[in-house]
Amino acid sequence: MFDQPFVHDCPIQAIDPRVRLVLAGLIAVCFASLQQPTSCMLALALGACLLASACPPFIPLARRFAAVNCFVLFFWCVIPFTVPGETFTVFNLIPVSARGVRLALLTTLKANAVFFVFQALAATMQPSTAGYALQSLGCPHKLIFLFLFTGRYVHLLAEEWQTLNVAAHLRGFMPRTSMHAWRTLACLLGLLLVRSYNRSLRVCEAMRLRAFSGRFTTVTVFRARHVDAVFALVVLLCITGIALTESGVFYG
Amino acid sequence: MHISEGVLSPAVLGAGAALTAMGTAVGLRKLDYDRLMTVAMLSAAFLVASLVHVPVGFSSVHLMLNGLLGVLLGFAAFPAILAALALQALLFQYGGLTILGVNTFCMAFSGVLAGYCFKAVARICPGPKGQKAAAFCGGALGVALAGLFTASALAFSDEGFVTTAQLLFLAHLPVMLLEGIITMFMTSFIARVRPEMLHWR
Repeated sequence: MFDQPFVHDCPIQAIDPRVRLVLAGLIAVCFASLQQPTSCMLALALGACLLASACPPFIPLARRFAAVNCFVLFFWCVIPFTVPGETFTVFNLIPVSARGVRLALLTTLKANAVFFVFQALAATMQPSTAGYALQSLGCPHKLIFLFLFTGRYVHLLAEEWQTLNVAAHLRGFMPRTSMHAWRTLACLLGLLLVRSYNRSLRVCEAMRLRAFSGRFTTVTVFRARHVDAVFALVVLLCITGIALTESGVFYG
Repeated sequence: MHISEGVLSPAVLGAGAALTAMGTAVGLRKLDYDRLMTVAMLSAAFLVASLVHVPVGFSSVHLMLNGLLGVLLGFAAFPAILAALALQALLFQYGGLTILGVNTFCMAFSGVLAGYCFKAVARICPGPKGQKAAAFCGGALGVALAGLFTASALAFSDEGFVTTAQLLFLAHLPVMLLEGIITMFMTSFIARVRPEMLHWR
């Protein structure tokens, strides 16, 4: 249910996770402010290059791509027909506005560009690696604790939910649109919450018995190397190029 | 519910991130390490529960349960939802990095308000029936406000998004009723099995 098909040996794994996270944030902020189709196309090209270096497996990538573009498709179904402005063309007697098409196009390009970058730089690391990288970048300890333990127990609770589901099916439960089915489903979800609450109390006591003081000590040590600096420099140069294209420097 | 990356304006993204940072700071200040473990576990449980599809007619909808999280955790719902959404972005690509602030604020703040609504209704109408009514109001309000905040974020980003925002909000209305009903049954179950969970915060 929560497997990570993007975490495997690939060139991008050689880069320090902290550098990857900082660059992913920086690129996402930069791409979010783009307003020109040319610079958005360049952003998409940069995203595609980074994604290629992550060698993503095709089927999981296609699934995630579809999830992102569902929202984008909703935009294409509404915005070109509802945004006022100069008519671009007429579709089934409904005028399609040029500004609406431009807005939907910009949204599509930016959403996919940021998606590519995120898949390449962030989705290629385990939640625990991301947690430790965020910790060494100065995130609050309590938030990291929350992130790491949520990531640790989400798999166990997903298994617990599947067990409950199988037990309900074995007793003849069929999910339908009825008050009885909703009540049964709610009771199963309630049971999941109660079990997770009980488990949290047990884990907390066990950790206290082992003298846990609230601070994690980890054997994972991040070291920035020359290759990280070169990678960061190349990406920063690309972002600068995109920003200059956006500001119209290359058009004179 | 999750807005994709690249849709909202930088001003809205910045405002969402700042409000989430404030809410998370307040939530974390109220938590010590003993309570953090329970918040983390409930956050994981909500992440799993949000993937459950409930049949409605010929289709199905997935639950948000932010109202119930607000009822159980109060302001601690901010860090819990932030951790869950960050993990969801990492594991499934629902949401993303820059949009994390806006998505967290929309879900967590509506959950916190739903929690206050639950307490107010439960105080006005004490007893099991009052608690059921309070839980229904909390669950439904959580989704309604989350829809309203998300639609507002879209509408403030560009005037061209106003109709899309209205449609998005309207799409939340049937989910609101279902969420209210499920939250009512879940709260009733928790009140019978582990009543201290409702007064944990």
